[in-house]
Amino acid sequence: MRIPCTLMGQTRCHAAMTRIVNLWLLCLLLIALPFAAMAQDDADDGQALLEALDVRSFQDKAEAIEAIIQSEDERANDWLQALLDGDLQRHKDDGRFVIITDNVGREWPARDALTGEDVGEISRRELSRIDINNALRSQLRSALSMVELYTGERDERLDAAEGLIGDVDDELADSLESRLDDEADADVRNRLNQALAVYRLEQGEMDAVETLSGSLNSDVRIALSRAAEGEGAVADAARAALVDIEQKLKVNRGLETLYFGLSMGSVLVLAAIGLAITFGVMGVINMAHGELIMLGAYSTWMMQQLLPGHPGLAVLLSIPVGFLVSALVGVIIERSVIQHLKGRPLETLLATFGVSLILQQLVRTVVSPLNRTVTTPEWMSGSVAINDALSLTLNRLYIMAFAVLVFVGLILIMRRTRLGLEVRAVTQNRAMARSMGIRATRVDILTFALGSGVAGLAGVALAQLTNVGPNLGQSYIIDSFMVVVFGGVGNLWGTLVAGLSLGVINQILEPWAGAVLAKILVLVFIILFIQKRPRGLFPQKGRAAEG
Amino acid sequence: MWLSRPFNERSTRLFLLILVLAVTLVTILHLALPPENPLYVSGYTVGLLGKYLCYALLAVAVDLVWGYLGILSLGHGAFFALGGYAMGMYLMRQIGDRGTYGDPVLPDFMVFLNWESLPWYWHGFDMAWFAFLMVLLAPGALALVFGYLAFRSRVTGVYLSIITQAMTFALMLAFFRNEMGFGGNNGLTDFYDILGFDLRSGATRLGLFIASGVALALGYVLCRAIVASKLGRVCVASRDAEARTRFLGYRVERVQLFVFVVSAMLAGVAGALYVPQVGIINPSEFEPLFSIEIVVWVALGGRATLYGAVIGAILVNYAKTVFTGVMPDAWLFALGGLFVVSTVLLPKGIAGVLAYRRKQRNESDTTEVPA
Amino acid sequence: MNLWQSMARRDRVFEFLAPAISPVDVRHGPILYMEDVTVSFDGFRAIDNLNLTIDDGELRCIIGPNGAGKTTMMDIITGKTRPDTGDVWFGSRHDLLTMNEPEIASLGIGRKFQKPTVFEALTVFENLELAMTADKRVIPTLTARLTGDVRDRIEEVLTMIQLADQQAQPAGILSHGQKQWLEIGMLLMQRPRLLLVDEPVAGMTEQEMERTAELLTSLAGKQSVVVVEHDMGFVRSIARTVTVLHQGSVLAEGSMDQVQSDPRVIEVYLGESEEAA
Ligand SMILES: Nc1ncnc2c1ncn2[C@@H]1O[C@H](COP(=O)(O)OP(=O)(O)OP(=O)(O)O)[C@@H](O)[C@H]1O
Ligand SMILES: [Mg+2]
Repeated sequence: MRIPCTLMGQTRCHAAMTRIVNLWLLCLLLIALPFAAMAQDDADDGQALLEALDVRSFQDKAEAIEAIIQSEDERANDWLQALLDGDLQRHKDDGRFVIITDNVGREWPARDALTGEDVGEISRRELSRIDINNALRSQLRSALSMVELYTGERDERLDAAEGLIGDVDDELADSLESRLDDEADADVRNRLNQALAVYRLEQGEMDAVETLSGSLNSDVRIALSRAAEGEGAVADAARAALVDIEQKLKVNRGLETLYFGLSMGSVLVLAAIGLAITFGVMGVINMAHGELIMLGAYSTWMMQQLLPGHPGLAVLLSIPVGFLVSALVGVIIERSVIQHLKGRPLETLLATFGVSLILQQLVRTVVSPLNRTVTTPEWMSGSVAINDALSLTLNRLYIMAFAVLVFVGLILIMRRTRLGLEVRAVTQNRAMARSMGIRATRVDILTFALGSGVAGLAGVALAQLTNVGPNLGQSYIIDSFMVVVFGGVGNLWGTLVAGLSLGVINQILEPWAGAVLAKILVLVFIILFIQKRPRGLFPQKGRAAEG
Repeated sequence: MWLSRPFNERSTRLFLLILVLAVTLVTILHLALPPENPLYVSGYTVGLLGKYLCYALLAVAVDLVWGYLGILSLGHGAFFALGGYAMGMYLMRQIGDRGTYGDPVLPDFMVFLNWESLPWYWHGFDMAWFAFLMVLLAPGALALVFGYLAFRSRVTGVYLSIITQAMTFALMLAFFRNEMGFGGNNGLTDFYDILGFDLRSGATRLGLFIASGVALALGYVLCRAIVASKLGRVCVASRDAEARTRFLGYRVERVQLFVFVVSAMLAGVAGALYVPQVGIINPSEFEPLFSIEIVVWVALGGRATLYGAVIGAILVNYAKTVFTGVMPDAWLFALGGLFVVSTVLLPKGIAGVLAYRRKQRNESDTTEVPA
Repeated sequence: MNLWQSMARRDRVFEFLAPAISPVDVRHGPILYMEDVTVSFDGFRAIDNLNLTIDDGELRCIIGPNGAGKTTMMDIITGKTRPDTGDVWFGSRHDLLTMNEPEIASLGIGRKFQKPTVFEALTVFENLELAMTADKRVIPTLTARLTGDVRDRIEEVLTMIQLADQQAQPAGILSHGQKQWLEIGMLLMQRPRLLLVDEPVAGMTEQEMERTAELLTSLAGKQSVVVVEHDMGFVRSIARTVTVLHQGSVLAEGSMDQVQSDPRVIEVYLGESEEAA
């Protein structure tokens, strides 16, 4: 199983480290408790196997683990994993072994280690943990990996082989060699070879370097750099291999930046595209656009409150709900404020800004001024590994796909539907369109509803990335305007290109300038760009545009 | 002289009269009455009123560009803040070794950040004349560069509004950074004295209040003089038909630049007088919300009248003081509502209502005469 | 005596109608010279290899069907539109393609727009004041004073365009025809060397048309005038030389009779309009 990466740059290694630290803290806590070991006779020899673990000496424990492996008990895997994770505990009173399934709070849910049946919640004071040290941990991992290697599915075998890299000792090397002969899958063989090569590199074998060169695995890199520290031919070869790897890593980092840039860009596109519609078609500056995004985000949160336990379903449902909520509010804004300010864009800007303040305060009063978090559904968390150094987080991938869908949908609406035709006619020449029998008012309402609804969709997507709060919209409104202005008003493709490129530019600048400075630089860039091309990247054409 | 022209206008004379009377009245009520008297104006109130006067000057500056030139600047808070920072830097240097760390030259926050010496742009601010010059030049220079670029390439309308907003937003982010050397998010504060006068004394406060009144009067007369000149008419012409104005031979972009810079400098003066009265300047003054709030003062008061801007600024800020004291949550509702109401229902603002009623009265007068 | 009749008399020179001093150099040739000018909008050639020369003091009428490129031609001369290729010279010294609108205007080229554009928020008087020849830089404009001379000139023009009674009213409330006149008045205040007049009589009565015709003919000689008009009667009444524009280039040029008998012109233009009539 992969450890889900939550944020950029957090490697698997990192996550594992924090977990180990946590384990140690727990260990200390439990050692402080009075030690209780009450043997209880049982017909099940599993009980005996486990009891052997409940000893002080780590040496004895190591033997007990070995015994469990040898026993070929079908529950061995489960036990060892629980032991590794610190979940294998013994009840202080009745001496039963349990595996806890969650360790938050005081009462821990658990199941019986022998029978597997649920034993309900047990106070953590009544439990004592079988603790292990680093040597045992490594032994356990190797053991588990070996078990996986023999019994697991292809993906599990792959993970197991990868886990072995850097952990191979003499004994393991032999069994790996024999396993290698039986392994059919090329990828798994490749990993196994690497694991063996690291071992051989530690023995100072020259040809191991060749196997390892080009690998992006961090354990391989550690092994290579250790080898490179020395003198002699092997060290030289290792250094050369490292340079090679460095090169590859650079490419990967570039790809990663691009990925983050594009995903940030997709968010910008989502946020801005509704604005591009209302601004481009109606010439209306809707400063409340950010708040419509916020409402979309709150719809997601609401749906999750209404459907507890089904975060995924709630997110899916919140797509139409967010669209409708924002579209409805948009129509209300259009009817109550904007329609009275036709042809006065600056006044519209001010009035809708007022609306945005009201909406913000409304949410603060009705819901709460505090931020809310939206649960990420199972199928959206985690990441896809492209190679050892590059894995793409799933939620961002989903958002990119979502942005593409929304964009394509909008393009289709504009190109293929009667509404799109009318909208384009009104954009070109309002008076003429009206005289041709197009009901401009109806078009306005529908356009505004569409633009606002898309803002709601942006909110649904954003809720997966950030906290949902009353100020959510404000932090996106300036960015959205920048995207629209940069891309050229009234041009959806312009918005797409502008949003994506701004996202990427920002990601490129961020590492060396810092987030704030990068943002400032992007703003300054756009301000200067507007001077050069006052109508954006893709200016609207025709006499009407010259105003 | 073109500067004396406004004095021929009845409205200007009336405005100045009311302003002088109000300032004198407050001064007298503050000085002559004992605190027990219900009419006594406390030192706190004097400070508050001084703040309103600064806001009024700021609103006049915004009205000059929005009302007459048609440029809706959503970044005038930046000019206000820059003027304020220039003044703040002077006040900071006046602290001398009285700061917590007792460094004779470095302000506290620099000592705290382990800075060795004063950054170059802090030099000279120990001299009042230099700092006061910077109050004009810093916002003026920003307006000059920004305006030159924008007007030259004919960025107008909502585009201009949006990039002015981006400008102040970028500046806010920049001033939040400690590395900028302006005290990061704490800004500049803990001042002691100005031109040798203790900032905490009542007399200094009153002096600053009167100075704000004088600045408002001067700023108003200056704006009126511009507006009443032929240049003012060119402004209106370019506001309504920019291309046509160009075909008459006027370089619209230069007119815009000139007025924009004058307006920015006025905003800077307002900021400079504001800072010693509130005792702090920090990056929140750069917030886009503040800049856009200024615009709504003008909209409510009535654009393109100047005195309307003053009325709007004082009314809204008085309302804000009252609201935030009594029901802080309701303030944003009220402010938001104000934006909507002043644009949808009162497109000409309070000044428009006043003018309309005056006109109606005049008409009823004239119809009564023959009868 | 009626101002109009007196104006039609060529022997009397009205001081206020005389062109202001312009740096234009017409000693060696025409006042306006356009060669091989081409403009396209998104691939559509609105002006296609246009060649046009206007002599000093000439009154030229330009006709052509809708979309022929007449207005676009004026846009090019006044600096609003930049051509893709070609040369545009004002006299022999000024390359108009290197200048912007205010620079061109201050050289002495005035323009009346097809759609009357006056400054609606300003009074009629102020409209004329702004149009007047003066130092139009920022500071001189700021300090400019309304002298008696200036006032007199404005009043004269006001009488001439028959808007003296409306002089204190905002231009926005004028009727369409009055706005046309105000624009002509602004042009007169500018005292340009070259007047570009786009459809001056649209929205005018028969009588007003006559007055306009008189005015334009009286201007010619001292100033060069280019008139674009669809009204054939009007064109006939003032025209000496007529240029027919079609699809962005010159189709025919000559006297009204010559042009009217040109078969190509009849085909593209007059033929159509006679059918319609
Ligand atoms: N800015 C522009 N963008 C796109 N097309 C333009 C632009 N300006 C002019 N055109 C096109 O160039 C052509 C010529 O236009 P122009 O206005 O010069 O015609 P015109 O001769 O003045 O017609 P009319 O007699 O109707 O006034 C038209 O087809 C018009 O659509
Ligand atoms: Mg035309």
